[in-house]
Amino acid sequence: MKSMIQLVDIEKHFSDHSVIPPLNLTIHEGEFLTILGPSGCGKTTLLRMIAGFEKPTKGDIFLDQKRVTDSAPYQRDVNMVFQHYALFPHMTVEENISFGLQMKKVSAQEQMRRIEEVIALTRLSELKKRKPSQLSGGQQQRVAIARAIVNNPKVLLLDEPLGALDLQLRKDLQIELKHLQKKLGITFVYVTHDQEEAMAMSDRIVVMNQGKIEQLGTPYEIYHHPKSLFVATFIGENNIFSQGDQIFSVRPEKIILFPLNQSGAAAPTQEKKRGWVEDVVFLGNMYKLFIKLENEPTVLIAYQQVNGKGPYKEGEPIGVGWLKEDEVILN
Amino acid sequence: MKFFRHRLLFAYSFVVLAFLYLPILVLVVYSFNRSRINAVWEGFTLDWYLSLFQNERVIDALLNTLFIAIIATLVSTILGTAAAIGLSKNKIRFRSAIDGLIYLPIIIPEVVMGLSLLIFFSQLHIPLSKLTVIIAHITFCISYVVIIVSARMEGMGKQLEEAAQDLGATPWQTFRYVTLPLIMPAIIAGALMSFTLSIDDFVISSFVTGPDSTTLPIYIYGMVKRGVSPEINALSTIMILITVVLVILSERFGQKDADQTTSKRLPF
Amino acid sequence: MKKRGTLIIWPALLWLILFFLVPCFIVLLYSVLKKDTYGRIIYSFNLDNYARFFDPLYLNILWQTLVIALLTTIFCLLLGYPLAYTISRASRKWQNIMLLLVMVPFWINFLVRSYAWVVILRSQGLVNTLLMKVGLIEEPLKLLYTPEAVMIGMIYALLPFMVLPIYVSIEKMDRRMLEAAYDLGATPFKAFWNITLPQTLPGIVAGSILVFVPSIGMFVVSDIMGGAKTALIGNVIENQFRTAQDFPFGSALSIIVILFSLILIYIYTRALKVQDGKGGNR
Repeated sequence: MKSMIQLVDIEKHFSDHSVIPPLNLTIHEGEFLTILGPSGCGKTTLLRMIAGFEKPTKGDIFLDQKRVTDSAPYQRDVNMVFQHYALFPHMTVEENISFGLQMKKVSAQEQMRRIEEVIALTRLSELKKRKPSQLSGGQQQRVAIARAIVNNPKVLLLDEPLGALDLQLRKDLQIELKHLQKKLGITFVYVTHDQEEAMAMSDRIVVMNQGKIEQLGTPYEIYHHPKSLFVATFIGENNIFSQGDQIFSVRPEKIILFPLNQSGAAAPTQEKKRGWVEDVVFLGNMYKLFIKLENEPTVLIAYQQVNGKGPYKEGEPIGVGWLKEDEVILN
Repeated sequence: MKFFRHRLLFAYSFVVLAFLYLPILVLVVYSFNRSRINAVWEGFTLDWYLSLFQNERVIDALLNTLFIAIIATLVSTILGTAAAIGLSKNKIRFRSAIDGLIYLPIIIPEVVMGLSLLIFFSQLHIPLSKLTVIIAHITFCISYVVIIVSARMEGMGKQLEEAAQDLGATPWQTFRYVTLPLIMPAIIAGALMSFTLSIDDFVISSFVTGPDSTTLPIYIYGMVKRGVSPEINALSTIMILITVVLVILSERFGQKDADQTTSKRLPF
Repeated sequence: MKKRGTLIIWPALLWLILFFLVPCFIVLLYSVLKKDTYGRIIYSFNLDNYARFFDPLYLNILWQTLVIALLTTIFCLLLGYPLAYTISRASRKWQNIMLLLVMVPFWINFLVRSYAWVVILRSQGLVNTLLMKVGLIEEPLKLLYTPEAVMIGMIYALLPFMVLPIYVSIEKMDRRMLEAAYDLGATPFKAFWNITLPQTLPGIVAGSILVFVPSIGMFVVSDIMGGAKTALIGNVIENQFRTAQDFPFGSALSIIVILFSLILIYIYTRALKVQDGKGGNR
């Protein structure tokens, strides 16, 4: 697979402290890569370095095999969708979209063709002549995307573009963006702190924490084979156990529950621990149980499917177990 | 009870506003009063205005005032806007000192500013003339332009310029197609402010004026010192009219300015 | 992109340095020089001008200036706060209109506005003519050329400076605090006294400074409406440059006035910060 972006030994320092220690990353052509991490982990800084708004203190950035470390943003074949869209308020939707083409002095004919194509793609035909102040959040977002992709960039950078939208709209747009990427075949580099979003859209995810890459892999790998404690707890919900000097995790959905309140019931062999139900939360499609373990400070999280038997009750004693293969060992 | 309180407050503000406008109204009304002795109304007349327009010295003063104001406005707007644009880029050393320097002319009493320039010009043996008045006006106008345009640039934020650059605009293209159109209302507001300050200025001008640079305010002062007369009323009314027009224009551009900043915040 | 763009600030900066800082510096210099009998400057360092200031004549004038400035500020506050409050309670449309109404007089030439009061207050002016016509008085009252007249002129000139900062301060306040107060049983007056007033203190401070400091240096109002009896320090300074031609002394007086203003601003803001801290465990 051809590499589209290469970050080689990238470091970023701000006056007295280091924001990003030496980092290496290769992004493949045509992939949807998400940089995921909590606020302040450096993901936006990384994105801005790729775009050219920040210069790395050390290291090099390569775009399609070309060294762009010292190139200005307007010299890079990369376009960005900004977090708050950054639409030009004094221009119409059409003028916003055509801006990049105007700057590069693309012929009027070619401009028309490309603009029409993109407007159809992002369903903005009705809104061509409007100004940004007359658009809703979702519409503004689509204009921001259209404005970027009309330039046929090699890479599209997206800085938490869905953050300001409400849940349903966000989910709809996630699907739209994914389809768009597949259709255009452009490399997408997406930044977010929302792990569900990352899992839903990405081909690969880079999990970042405090400037370092914790893990790079497909959503499946990240979820089922987390390599560090941070990744295991940042993605989804997880139960952490320590055994000697080893730490391992077991996902809540892999926890098997055994009722203990029936006198005389034979304890099955897989049961590993005992405790009682501290809290039951109804989530619609399942129950989430908080189980306080005997002789341990640990509170386990387990999911119980909704079935005819009804949920375990608060205070009810319960046994928990899991399969050995569902244990994930963390460093 | 709340309703009564409301009424009371509104009645009160009406009184205060009346206090603010009474003197102005008096001047305007009496500028049309046929009587020379002012207080008693003796009929409508335009005589005083006519005598003004026939008064060579008044016309001279008016022309001087406009000439000085136009040049002072042009120079201070250009210098002030350039400064505001330069200041919007971060990482300037001595930033607080520069900010202080810009705010100082606004805080310092006009007397002091006027006399300091008088001493300055006399030390350098520069004769007082229209030039010295223009220099003085530019000096106190620059700060206002810088503050007005800077405020606009701050409200605009860096994102738009970054977006333009991301889309392929060079720094010059970014300035021409994105920054400039967006700060234009503020530039105009600053220019209007400078113009108004210049035509209204008396204190500073009186210190640095020469024999041939009498402005309207200075002329009015001379007349006032000689005693009350209806010609002053007429002249004052004209000045009031010019000022009101300028303020309304300035407000209009201020509104357009505000509209553009709010549009950015709409999605939230 | 960082260094290149900042070159354009230099023309303005150089201008201000040359035509503002340098003249101010020269004033400072002149204040420690002296004038000889022919009007030429003697370039020898001396503090005679400052010593001369401590003559009761000038101290009295400074005192009168400060008193008038203080009273002007107080009246502006008493008149201006309710006005600002009323404006903030009005609908959006009316707020803009009222603010414009307050601003317009502020922009009109100072001279013109002061002259207007002369027309109203002089012995053949509006007030006296009216009172005589109605029969309340026989002889015209001496309204002009008094300290009171000067104060009216100053209040008139500076009122908008008080209204606007207070208005901004009131607007910024979170209305929900008042709702919480009402919910907890406070009367409108108590809510105003305990919440609105302290919360709008920054506006009051800003407005007071914007009125007080210019008041100290003003001379136009007292020149036109004050007459010989109400000379303020601003008039004395102006006189040194116009008639007496004693630039060094005038410079020294200016420096004193500036120092005074700075000290007073400092004390005022400090005093209010302390008070804000005391009642400010919100």
